[in-house]
Amino acid sequence: MSYLDLLKFAAPEAIVTLTALVVLVIGLTTSRGTVVAGVSVAMPKPAAAGAAAATRFCMLVGVLGLIIAIEAIVLLPSHANLFHGMLVISPLNSLFQIVCLVLAFFTVLLASREIPNYSEYLAIVLLATIGLLLLVSSEELLMIFIGLELTGLSLYLMTAFDKTDIRSAEAGLKYFLFGSTASAFTLFGLSFIYGMAGTTSLTAIAEGLAVQSLSPLLFAGIVMTLVGFAFKIAAAPFHLWAPDAYQGGPVSSAAFIASGSKVASFVVLGKIVLIGFGPVHGSANWHAMVAGWSPVLAVLAAFSILIGNLVALVQTNLRRLLAYSAVAHAGYTLLGIIAGGREGFSATLFYTTIYAFTLIGAFGVVALVRRETGGDDLRNFAGLRARSPLLAGCMAIFMLSLAGLPPLAGFFGKFYLFSAAFRAGANHGLLWLVALALFGSLISLYYYLIVLKVIFQTEGAEARSLSSPAQNGLSRLTIVFAAAIVLLLGIAPQFLVARIIAALQ
Amino acid sequence: MIAWTIYITFAGAVLLLFLPRAFSRWIALLTTSATFAISLATFFCHDLAHFTTIVRAPWVPALGMNYHLAVDGISLTLVLVTSITAVSSVLFSWDVDERPNEFFFWLLLVVGGSFGVFLSADLFLLFVFYELVIVPKYFLIAIWGSTNKEYGAMKLTLYSFFGGALVFIGIIAAYVSAGSLDLNELARFQFTPQLQSWAFPVLFLGFAVLAGIWPLHTWAPTGHVAAPTAGSMLLAGIVMKLGAYGGLRVAMNLFPQGFQMWRNWIAILAVIGIVYAAAVALRQRDLKFVIGYSSVSHMGFVLLGLATANVLGVSGAVLQMFSHGVIGALLFAVAGRMIYRRTHTRDLDQLSLMDLNRALPFAAFVFVIASAASMGIPGFSGFAAEITILIGVWKTFPVAVWITGAGMVLVAAFTLRALKKSFFEGGPAAPSGDVKEFAALPPSMTSPAERPIHLEPITIPEKLGAGLLMFTTVAIGIYPKFLLDRIQPAVEAMRFLAR
Repeated sequence: MSYLDLLKFAAPEAIVTLTALVVLVIGLTTSRGTVVAGVSVAMPKPAAAGAAAATRFCMLVGVLGLIIAIEAIVLLPSHANLFHGMLVISPLNSLFQIVCLVLAFFTVLLASREIPNYSEYLAIVLLATIGLLLLVSSEELLMIFIGLELTGLSLYLMTAFDKTDIRSAEAGLKYFLFGSTASAFTLFGLSFIYGMAGTTSLTAIAEGLAVQSLSPLLFAGIVMTLVGFAFKIAAAPFHLWAPDAYQGGPVSSAAFIASGSKVASFVVLGKIVLIGFGPVHGSANWHAMVAGWSPVLAVLAAFSILIGNLVALVQTNLRRLLAYSAVAHAGYTLLGIIAGGREGFSATLFYTTIYAFTLIGAFGVVALVRRETGGDDLRNFAGLRARSPLLAGCMAIFMLSLAGLPPLAGFFGKFYLFSAAFRAGANHGLLWLVALALFGSLISLYYYLIVLKVIFQTEGAEARSLSSPAQNGLSRLTIVFAAAIVLLLGIAPQFLVARIIAALQ
Repeated sequence: MIAWTIYITFAGAVLLLFLPRAFSRWIALLTTSATFAISLATFFCHDLAHFTTIVRAPWVPALGMNYHLAVDGISLTLVLVTSITAVSSVLFSWDVDERPNEFFFWLLLVVGGSFGVFLSADLFLLFVFYELVIVPKYFLIAIWGSTNKEYGAMKLTLYSFFGGALVFIGIIAAYVSAGSLDLNELARFQFTPQLQSWAFPVLFLGFAVLAGIWPLHTWAPTGHVAAPTAGSMLLAGIVMKLGAYGGLRVAMNLFPQGFQMWRNWIAILAVIGIVYAAAVALRQRDLKFVIGYSSVSHMGFVLLGLATANVLGVSGAVLQMFSHGVIGALLFAVAGRMIYRRTHTRDLDQLSLMDLNRALPFAAFVFVIASAASMGIPGFSGFAAEITILIGVWKTFPVAVWITGAGMVLVAAFTLRALKKSFFEGGPAAPSGDVKEFAALPPSMTSPAERPIHLEPITIPEKLGAGLLMFTTVAIGIYPKFLLDRIQPAVEAMRFLAR
């Protein structure tokens, strides 16, 4: 295979890389001489105008790059497998590459342009996106690990990016320490798997594992691998970084961690356990537990649902609340993977996708409210209905979708997930997890309603607008778009479900 | 055509968000009146003996979900009572000044969702509409409610959602076992007895939470009291019927063997509910609490009728759903709009000092009619429904008739007590309540001499709404055959009947 062919198949990744580099260069050439814009050091007027033009140009380039990358994915051949699974092009991978790119697109639109060193921030977002693309499109352990690391390192930086806020630095450091430990676990686990199966390609690993019994060594490898992914998807008890990262970092970083990173992690987790570890599935049925990866994931899911929902009950900061609810949602989403099979996996994929769009919209609202009121505690949302009925309505859509109420996408997603889980276990063996998840949803409705109560009922003080209306307009548009997606996928889920099911054939 | 009740209502709701507030109540009145006209017209031109499909379109073919609506006598009866209650609740909220657009938006969502539940022939669609009703109730109560509104709203919502979670499990169990979501197909499917034995109680209990089954009824009184007038009317008139209807259409019809195993327990809970709620109502001081508990008591009759598993009992239960929808709405309209909006108190001891009989003669008239209907005086719909249920009960649970008879005496007792205290205690009798209660009164009412003799007169929308409800209860009371002739064939088509 020639390099030209490789470039053709890896066109989306290449385009995003190129965009990131261009954005960096624009930032370097224009930002010379201006000092930390964020702390509003008095700048000469022309220079300020020039910097603003440069950031706008950067954003335009970034957005264009992402759109072209999506185009490139559409133009790819429908099936290809390079280097034994290092880069696999299939309808499923392409679909989720597009989802990741769209999420990155939303993140770029939401990111505050007043952030210092905007171009660097944008470049890091794009680098993280490349990591996601690699994660989604690879079916080989080494490449998956590289994708994980690229995403992880970029996300640590994005979290710590706000140099004016000490909590951002704290969040970044925590995220980094937890994340690197988890990476070490994953790598260790993967090396065990490699040792047992003698290969790093997922399909070959499945063949290798099919002929051997579940030895303690293999089990240790599987558990360690899962620990790394549990960290990525913020499943309890590996969720401790999430509240700080969601609350401390810039809002757009949190949105990207909660959406893009999560979608890609679930896609790759599903592939690893369902394809690679398929032979050692085990069983999480309550009356017939069999050792394997599914009981491990079932325990993680149960812990996540309980801990996430119960701790979210007492949060007073909306971003922290969303973080704990994210833990709970990771638990629900795991149900589909535990159920396994085509139906379970497609339910997981559907749920994680709509969840990502919901959260990116919710974080968009948080970003705007933060810009207006200077905080993101629940009380900052008081009276949002009077200030902006549009944002309040969108937030209602996001919160109610997270709670799983119709006619929003979250309702259909939960129905799909839970019915898949119910169907999977022989003799309704997974009923305990489904009941637990429904119990969790019941708890979650309380805190989502509290958020809406504050927005719709409590009267709030007049807020002052801090940022330019144009930027707010763009963010608003993004939020409305996300709300429309959540609403439409609730009314017509067929649009996405049919695509996922077709891609899984 | 009946499907348009759903579309018109939701279209009206969406329209409300974009129009200036001056139009809001007119839009709401127009949409609800249109649904009323449609449902009444359908009574005369439709085959109502079977659950006949009216719309069917694929929705999520990958999972076997269809947009499938159907109608029979039972659903149409409930659609009719929904539209009647909806029209009158709009009329009784003519004075809502605070954010009227949002108010009527949520109100229409409750109404539209209820139409959807009654007309769905697809299990998933039914559940979508069922859950759709939950959140509007929360906002209606939490924003426009009165006494203890946030607590009442949250309690009601969490109870509904809890019931919804149980229903969810039951629905998934049916769906996964039969591989279909079509109610007509599911009703023909033979589920294993083992599945029925656990899926039926889960499903029925989930629905019955909303129907106010004892001991899961406590959301109802607090929710009714906290809700604004229209909210209480919708809760009593429509929402509680959703639960009973779900229990009949889904739980009993899908799992007949499970129903046979558990129906004695349902009957026991229903009888306890009737007597217990009536006894509690006897001791309430808040007029709305009295009516709230009376709703629980009346819904106990519905559950008891369902548990009989014979044609008369079940038809009577459906008729009672209709009847209580009208009467409950009327009682709450008097208590919430006619009395509370004017006197700003619902405390019976305080009301007894106000001589409301003379101040609000029309309200007194309406309340007498509503109380008579609620007690089951012949000539009103309540009598026709309860007598049909009791005849049905006599065939299966003779003992229950005796206990229920005692319960009906209690119902009469608390109704008369509320009636006397609120309207006919008469003039400046010696205050019987605690002295400290009076400290909370506005200064103008603290001394009998300064009592406002002249309250704001009853408005025309109130008279229209009350007239509609009173006419309905009397008309059905005199000629229940109009509904029963359409309900009975539909009940006979169901397969759980004990033959």
